[in-house]
Amino acid sequence: MSTTVNVAASTDIDFKLGLYRSQVALRQFEKRAYDLFLENLVKGTSHLSLGQEAIASGFAAAMRPTDWTFATYRGHAHTLARGVPMTPVLAELLGRTNGLMAGKGGSMHLTSVEHGVMGSYAIIGAHLPIACGAAWSAQYRGTDQVAVCFFGDGSTNIGAFHEALNFAAVWKLPVVFVCENNLWMEYTRTTEVTAVANPAADRASAYGLESIIVDGNDADAVYEVALAAITKAREGGGPSMIEAKTYRHGGHSRADPGKYRPDDEVAEWLAKDPIPRYHTRLLELGVPETKLVEIEKAVADEVELATEEAKAGAIPGEDLLMKDVWADGGSAWRN
Amino acid sequence: MAQLTFREAIARGIAQEMRLDESVVMIGEDIGAAGGVFKGTVGLLEEFGPRRVRDTPISEQAILGAAMGAAMTGLRPVAEIMFADFFAVCWDIVVNEIAKSRYMTNGQMTFPLVIRSGNGGGLRFGAQHSQSVENWAMMIPGLKVVVPSNARDVIGLMAASIRDNDPVIFLEEKALYSSKMDVPEGDIVDTLGTAKVLRQGTDATLVALGNMVPRALQAAEELAEMGIDCTVVDVRSLVPLDTKTILRETSATGRLFTVEENPRLCGWGGELASIVSEEAFYDLDGPIVRITTPHIPLPAADALEDMAIPSIERIVTTVSKSMNS
Repeated sequence: MSTTVNVAASTDIDFKLGLYRSQVALRQFEKRAYDLFLENLVKGTSHLSLGQEAIASGFAAAMRPTDWTFATYRGHAHTLARGVPMTPVLAELLGRTNGLMAGKGGSMHLTSVEHGVMGSYAIIGAHLPIACGAAWSAQYRGTDQVAVCFFGDGSTNIGAFHEALNFAAVWKLPVVFVCENNLWMEYTRTTEVTAVANPAADRASAYGLESIIVDGNDADAVYEVALAAITKAREGGGPSMIEAKTYRHGGHSRADPGKYRPDDEVAEWLAKDPIPRYHTRLLELGVPETKLVEIEKAVADEVELATEEAKAGAIPGEDLLMKDVWADGGSAWRN
Repeated sequence: MAQLTFREAIARGIAQEMRLDESVVMIGEDIGAAGGVFKGTVGLLEEFGPRRVRDTPISEQAILGAAMGAAMTGLRPVAEIMFADFFAVCWDIVVNEIAKSRYMTNGQMTFPLVIRSGNGGGLRFGAQHSQSVENWAMMIPGLKVVVPSNARDVIGLMAASIRDNDPVIFLEEKALYSSKMDVPEGDIVDTLGTAKVLRQGTDATLVALGNMVPRALQAAEELAEMGIDCTVVDVRSLVPLDTKTILRETSATGRLFTVEENPRLCGWGGELASIVSEEAFYDLDGPIVRITTPHIPLPAADALEDMAIPSIERIVTTVSKSMNS
């Protein structure tokens, strides 16, 4: 009996250590991405998930390798959480040929079909209907795959959000919609431009869905709610929508220091940072500090290696420019 | 041989491919039980069932988003946008998502999907249900654009579009839905990117698309009586574009006239004029002339609409004036 308990506990701890490692990896990766902006090695724009890691990690842990992720322009974390290695993600940010898409997509469009990351979409709301299409495909082909679609609070006020919710509900599609509510819609407080207090959860009833709110800074809580919704979808129970309350530590994008947010609000949320919280929880569960430091060190080494490999990547040449507009690999529009 | 209407050819072309390939599915507003508002999908629900022929809410973004998500995961959806004017409410999905995603992902994804839509005027529906949008679609990298002009081509080009691994905008000319022709029995599969020479002449080349093709052919008959012998080319596919045929037929007569239903600015004929000017300039015996709908929204009244869209009379007058000047 005690053996059984120990095995279960050990499995549970290993699982939690995995969740911890995942969150630490996302955090350290995003910090490195930011540093590389400051060095002007990452061009264009980028949107970091610093502070929101528990959502990506918790959901990824609840998904099967055959399930699909649909992410937004704030998609580094969701891509990495599905097991995509750091080097191609960082190299994509740097615009190198060893990037995930050889530099053709950039920070906002990370995609790795082999890992089930079916794209990161930079037009607000557009990917909700697309996730419905993947879910329709699973339903039609009789697989038990589930599409998980992440979006921000700002997406809840655009038409595609409402079209997709209704469509998914009517067709009973295996899709889970996840609103990462970080309280700020770009530079505007979401509640100032939204008719309801909880932008996703308060809309769920309009589509016959349950109103689900989760602490998005608690990876265990996220995992539990994710597993329930994904399992329901997999078993033919139709779509769910989950609103995960969270906060981004930085501004909306590279160009934004986020100064419009009150200091006390930022402080309050920094105190709820998902990673120190999880660290404390693991210590309370009896995990030795050294074990956690070991994980953090291993991740740091991984980030260093990825940085070196990304920087060493070749600059894309003209051969890539005209490739892959069409399925035949080319771009010819005339004979 | 059996007489077949253009609208019956739509259903026949789709059914032909659905029988061959279980991954071909249909999605759109009123395509199932109603058989399509233009009756282009009559009988498909009965033959293939509601699992493969699915009616949707009036949600164009959801329809095309669903088609895209299904295409990237192994299906071959045939989606309908009822009127081509409605592309404006889901253009993001077409342009930013469907058209760009293969390129952006460095070829990780393919999008074997067809978007059918009722295109063009002639039915007195007014400005929001009559526009010819072939030039919208043509200017987007990553979209193929097919516009058949007769029932036989509808079947063959529909089959080719469904089999193609890229997104195809398949525009069905509303004014042609009730047109009829003899069509052979059995499967028909055509080739995208091939223009057809429908009439061979010696004096001028009329290049037309969709609903303008039968008008150009009739105009050529009338011009022949006036002593002007015209070649008529049916473009059929704007992307890929069969420039070889168009250049060859233009060089052979030395004169090019485009007959376009789209409004004037950035109509497809402008691109043809540019190509011919650059590549066959010294074969030209006179200016390239574009015959188009003026740069206006389409009016509803039959008298006004008929003035706007290039008519047989306008084609005859324009060509004869230009040839005799």
